[in-house]
Amino acid sequence: MTMEEKMGGSGGEDGGKDRFPIGMRVLAVDDDPICLKVLENLLRKCQYHVTTTNQAITALKMLRENRNRYDLVISDVNMPDMDGFKLLELVGLEMDLPVIMLSAHSDTKLVMKGITHGACDYLLKPVRIEELKNIWQHVVRKKKPDSLDHSNSANQDKAQGGPGEAGPTSTCSSDQKVNKKRKDQSEDEDEDGEDNGHENEDPSAQKKPRVVWSVELHRKFVSAVNQLGLDKAVPKKILDLMNVEGLTRENVASHLQKYRLYLKRLSSVATQQANMVAALGSKDPSYLRMGSLDGFGDFRTLTGPGRLSSASLSSYQPGGMFGRLNSSAALSLRGISSGAIQPGHSQTLNSSINGLGKIQPAVLPANQNQNGTLFQGIPTSVGLDQLSQNNSSNPFGEFNHVNDPNVFGIGTNFPDARVAVVSSSNTVPTVSGNPLLLQANTQQTHSGAFGNQSTHGLTSLNQESFDMHVRGSSNFLDRGRCSENWQGAVQLSSFPSNSLSTSEAFNHEQLPTNNLRECISWPSSHLSNSPLDLTSPTANSASLEDPRRMSQVGLNNNAIQNIDYTTKQQWGDQRHDYNGNMNRSFCRVDSLVSSSRSVVDQGNVVNDKLNDVSLFSEISGDCAFVLPHLEGEKSGLDTKLRSNEDILFEQTKPQDGFSQNNFEPLESIMMSMIKSEQNNESPLMDGEFGFDAYSLGSCI
Amino acid sequence: MNHMAIAALKTQRRNLVQSMFDEGVLDNQFNQLQDLQDSSNPNFVEEVISLFCNDAERIITELNRYLNDQNVDFSKLDSYVHQLKGSSSSIGAYRLKLACVNLRQASEERNMEECAGAFNSIRREYYVVRSKLQVLIQLERHIVNLENQQ
Repeated sequence: MTMEEKMGGSGGEDGGKDRFPIGMRVLAVDDDPICLKVLENLLRKCQYHVTTTNQAITALKMLRENRNRYDLVISDVNMPDMDGFKLLELVGLEMDLPVIMLSAHSDTKLVMKGITHGACDYLLKPVRIEELKNIWQHVVRKKKPDSLDHSNSANQDKAQGGPGEAGPTSTCSSDQKVNKKRKDQSEDEDEDGEDNGHENEDPSAQKKPRVVWSVELHRKFVSAVNQLGLDKAVPKKILDLMNVEGLTRENVASHLQKYRLYLKRLSSVATQQANMVAALGSKDPSYLRMGSLDGFGDFRTLTGPGRLSSASLSSYQPGGMFGRLNSSAALSLRGISSGAIQPGHSQTLNSSINGLGKIQPAVLPANQNQNGTLFQGIPTSVGLDQLSQNNSSNPFGEFNHVNDPNVFGIGTNFPDARVAVVSSSNTVPTVSGNPLLLQANTQQTHSGAFGNQSTHGLTSLNQESFDMHVRGSSNFLDRGRCSENWQGAVQLSSFPSNSLSTSEAFNHEQLPTNNLRECISWPSSHLSNSPLDLTSPTANSASLEDPRRMSQVGLNNNAIQNIDYTTKQQWGDQRHDYNGNMNRSFCRVDSLVSSSRSVVDQGNVVNDKLNDVSLFSEISGDCAFVLPHLEGEKSGLDTKLRSNEDILFEQTKPQDGFSQNNFEPLESIMMSMIKSEQNNESPLMDGEFGFDAYSLGSCI
Repeated sequence: MNHMAIAALKTQRRNLVQSMFDEGVLDNQFNQLQDLQDSSNPNFVEEVISLFCNDAERIITELNRYLNDQNVDFSKLDSYVHQLKGSSSSIGAYRLKLACVNLRQASEERNMEECAGAFNSIRREYYVVRSKLQVLIQLERHIVNLENQQ
């Protein structure tokens, strides 16, 4: 096979590349010297290439030095220098390597924790050689998408259509197969395994160049996923949609898997977050400040308030809202938040967001750099901190830098942004919870940290509606890994914030929504292209349950729709009043809200959001509840979104400081979202806002 | 003569190991360790046993210390027990592992008496397995020496 040939060459250090799993490079980490020694020897017996260390920190260092040097990591859960789960997350986030957990305890909770943190497997000590003989499957699964580009096509699953051709197509099919049938992997793998094995070997043996999921790339990914719908997103299609050269189906497939896991994680986090957010929702701004700051340490840099949002967000437990968020939307948010929180994630968020913000490429670029930024946007609003709270608010720090531009990236990518938007909405929801947040946002608004801002706005918004989102985001954040995916989502989050700021003009409680509206309006024109993908990204990635799917779709639709509405409604009067930002922010917010709403729970989300509206009222955006409008206009889903949006808008009170610029990304997203939605609707959108102007710069 | 000596020693070794299995002092995991020993890894079993003994003694000392504290730090206790459980199971020291489970249980219940009792079991089981493994190692060395002489 071709692969074999290739592998043969690279055999070098791995030696058995072509003979995968022979020669698979394993890094074993365990503080217990006996276990480590036994494990090492057992692995050698399986003909793997083993490297050991008894310290997690050392292991991380080694992995960071050259992630391509290893194919698999096996780590103990209880280690003195670092929690095994933490290492697990970091490895997954940063290196995207399969990690197997080891423990002497078979506590179900621990096992669950391991799996939710992304472990490929959880083995109990003493480890038996029979179990170790199968661990290479995890490498195959993970690597398949990426490495299988070439040759394998023939081998690749049956699904593959393309004859060995190298390209992504072939891998895609295989990937799909691989991804889709993780469970059946054994079967597939057996078949493919051999084929793939070769292929896989490539990756492992050859160190196939690992695809770096940059913000941009992730954004595209997320938007593609959103377009397709999380449920329907198959690597091949995603790949086609993304249209990125050099990207193989395998790359996409593995990324998709991670994204799904991430979303799942988000949802669970989101729930927690939601609760928190809910709690926070009513809190005062001071609360906001306190809370969020932690996570977003960096956020702070973005905007003062922004930080709060993060904190606030985190505190929010988007109880209700998140619940909904759990659905894909939620996940997206969570992802975002988590993403934001986790530095690692941020990057992904950025990417994802970037993807979203396709609309405004200009904006995004900023994000890209800042991976964190993406998250920033999101986290802030979402209170990603909160979401990720568990994790480390610090991760956000990275995001914080993101400053709006990145956040906006989402907007720009609007088509992708949709997804992002959704995500944002998610974040927003959490944020929205606290009207206060909005305020916080406003304060912060300035700074490009739109991302931050958005968060703020979001936070306020989230309170009610955002809770859901936030939760989602938190998950997102947590999932550093997910971060990639979420970048888009994150972006969305950012949006909300922005919108919020702009909401000032709106005075709606839902300021954010207002912003969204505006954003929506603009984006709508832009968005028109992109169907609300918002939902999709989140939905898709989230392994969320079905709701995801729905939510995705719903979100997108809703988001868009909502956006439309919001924009329309709010702007009707305010369009002119609002500084570009405000409107934009609303748009964004709305869109975000909507998105989140739809994502979260299409049906429920919206409803919940409405409830949260009260919170928003605090924010008192000019945006009169868009909800009413929205709901009426669009179908249930939309309505739902709208309610969120409304809430958002309301919350998004146009914050004075809100630099529109920040919102830009949001705006873009919203705009795109809105556009799509709005096409039908309204005049608001395009005409009014001069989307172009706004989206890009004005918002921010 | 060596043949006979070697054969005798091997029989002795086999019996010892078998008795340890029968008594539950060792379990199947130990077989895996033995399987791992080969020409490329000739002293594997002995190395692992030696590592284990050092580590176990260290842990037992710590456990003793923590248990004798005025205010027992149960979380620390749990952490050490966990370690010992892990290494015991990795080497196949079955009864010792069970004793660890008992101590963990007692520790969770914050039952000092039970903890003391469980700890004594640990200590007892550890010495049993250690002494038997030491005999085993001696036999192994002896056998290897004789074989090398051949």
